[in-house]
Amino acid sequence: MSEEKKTTRRQIAAAKTLKKFMADYFYEMDDAAKTGSQKIAWCTSVGPAELLRGMGFLVYYPENHGAMLGATRMSTDLIPYANALGYSPDICSYLTCDVGSYLQKKTPLTMAYNIESVPRPDVLVFNTNQCRDVQDWFAWYSRELNVPLVGVHTHRDIGNIRNYQIKDIASQIEDLVPKLEEVTGKKFDLARFKEALGYSRRTSELWGACLEEAAAIPSPWTFFDATIHMAPAVVSRGTKEANDYYELLLPELQQRVKDDFAAVEGEKHRLYWEGMPIWGKLRSLSEQFYSLKTCVVASTYCNSWIFDQLDPDEPFESMAVAYTELFIVRDELYKEQYITDCYNKFKFDGILFHDAKTCPNNSNNRYGMPERLSEKLGIPVLTINGDLCDLRCYSEEQAKTNIEAFIEQLEEK
Amino acid sequence: MTNDAGSIFVGVDVGASHTKVAILDSEKKLIGHSVRKSGTDFTDSAENCLNSALEMANALEENIVRCVSTGYGRKNVPFSQGTKTEIGCHARGCYHYFPMAMTIVDIGGQDNKVIKLDAKGRRLSFKMNRKCAAGTGAFLEEMSLRLEIPLEDMDALAEGAENMVELGSYCTVFSATEVLGKIRQGKKVPDIVKGLFFSVIKRVLEMDSLTDRVVITGGVVAHNPYLVNMVEEITEREIMVPEYPQLTGAVGAALFAMEKGGHNG
Repeated sequence: MSEEKKTTRRQIAAAKTLKKFMADYFYEMDDAAKTGSQKIAWCTSVGPAELLRGMGFLVYYPENHGAMLGATRMSTDLIPYANALGYSPDICSYLTCDVGSYLQKKTPLTMAYNIESVPRPDVLVFNTNQCRDVQDWFAWYSRELNVPLVGVHTHRDIGNIRNYQIKDIASQIEDLVPKLEEVTGKKFDLARFKEALGYSRRTSELWGACLEEAAAIPSPWTFFDATIHMAPAVVSRGTKEANDYYELLLPELQQRVKDDFAAVEGEKHRLYWEGMPIWGKLRSLSEQFYSLKTCVVASTYCNSWIFDQLDPDEPFESMAVAYTELFIVRDELYKEQYITDCYNKFKFDGILFHDAKTCPNNSNNRYGMPERLSEKLGIPVLTINGDLCDLRCYSEEQAKTNIEAFIEQLEEK
Repeated sequence: MTNDAGSIFVGVDVGASHTKVAILDSEKKLIGHSVRKSGTDFTDSAENCLNSALEMANALEENIVRCVSTGYGRKNVPFSQGTKTEIGCHARGCYHYFPMAMTIVDIGGQDNKVIKLDAKGRRLSFKMNRKCAAGTGAFLEEMSLRLEIPLEDMDALAEGAENMVELGSYCTVFSATEVLGKIRQGKKVPDIVKGLFFSVIKRVLEMDSLTDRVVITGGVVAHNPYLVNMVEEITEREIMVPEYPQLTGAVGAALFAMEKGGHNG
């Protein structure tokens, strides 16, 4: 194991379609931004996308752009430009690298698609269910670009969900309608909204089914694969195209299971990844786990885009339920039970917590959860320190030694 | 040179600060060892260290049955037949000396580790210091430079302290500034050095709880045995220390070599 072996693994065939899917997604927006053919909304990753799609917006996700900046390792160089404006290195590195990207006029879209810049927004729409940082992030663009900013303010640390919480969120979403009508200049079309909601529900079902295939032993794919293939569920939920993509991916994964195909050849260990991906290190981590015959089979992160509560017959209420039942806004007890349920389903041998320096909301190791879950489930846990985009917060050698030692520990059992 | 060593097993621990080699005979007896600065050429340091240890063991390279390397530079040892992490090797080395359930505290040059073992020597958990190297040997090295006190004098100074100066900062660099401030206030150097030791201990104790018996290893306690007395006083526990605390990882690696453990690399 002295060095991770360069591996030639069987690629997921749908990846080719995914590549075209993402290119089309960005070209369509680039064209709309240039010609004004369609309004563009910027939306937070678990913001009210269905409403925006239903009102005819093309939807762009700055968090997706942040992940691209991280994956291309452009982020670490761009973050300091936002820091110099007064945005602390301790806050969301999606925010800081994205603002840095704007200031420096550099985007990974240029390299990938020959697109000069991200599409200019007509409106900025947030939901603070991810964190408060998204609101501040969008507020910066609102001031910079003189674009209207609207949003939903979430409840947090929720145990049992109460009616008043659902009513509140539903009414906040409904209150967005007249503000968005002002941007589109068109009357809200309930039927179209319901249609988008139906598509999104179907996307969630398909995406959830894809993730559940990893319950098979051996697993047909890994967390690292899923972080790539989740893109349509994130950026195109509420469209038929997203569903078409997962209608293609799901049978391929099912066939892999039928064929007993192991994404990690000779799978010996199975892990759960809790927390954000380390975007700039996906490949090297994936290769290290592969060389250790360890498959990361499931994660809170990839599961976070399953909104199967959506119901076209109760559009605002079901959206409120979907965006309030989210893991990220729940209390510790709920989160522990959620991971316990995942443990029962995916049968992993250990949990890896990623303590992301700039993402406290997605770092669940900080209040004793690893220790409590280790005791409850009788499996070991490991915390590695890093970040989603700021690689200055990640010591690769330390992290890799920790992972290697963790697998040694599993082998001693 | 005569060669009466018979079969030997070698463990090489290439740490960020020092390289350690341990040679065991087939009875698991430590018959040769060596410690050198790792420097910038890990391969060269490992080879030099091996040669010294072989000389001490009165053995030749032909006697080596198997070698396992560990530590930060474990992948830079061309003559090793396998690697294991330093966490695994410290655990194995400590269990060799103290076969019981224990908490191991290793204070190294740049890494601190707290490792828990069950009564069979299996790892239950481990933690390494986070990004910051405060509380490691590097902290004392930096302070020795800033205070112009030779590292080897620190232990006696701390032991001779009448009082202790407490330091508040997490950061090694800011701690140095704090220390200079204490000197300006007229605090005595021995009291400050004892405060530095206390700072190291605080950083380590906040990493994890101590359960079962406690073993301390690593270069810092090898050169500063008074620090162990301080830990005993602070924790009100008896602390066990192997005969050569700096060699524990290398001994563990040699034991893995004997057991054909370690991943082939």
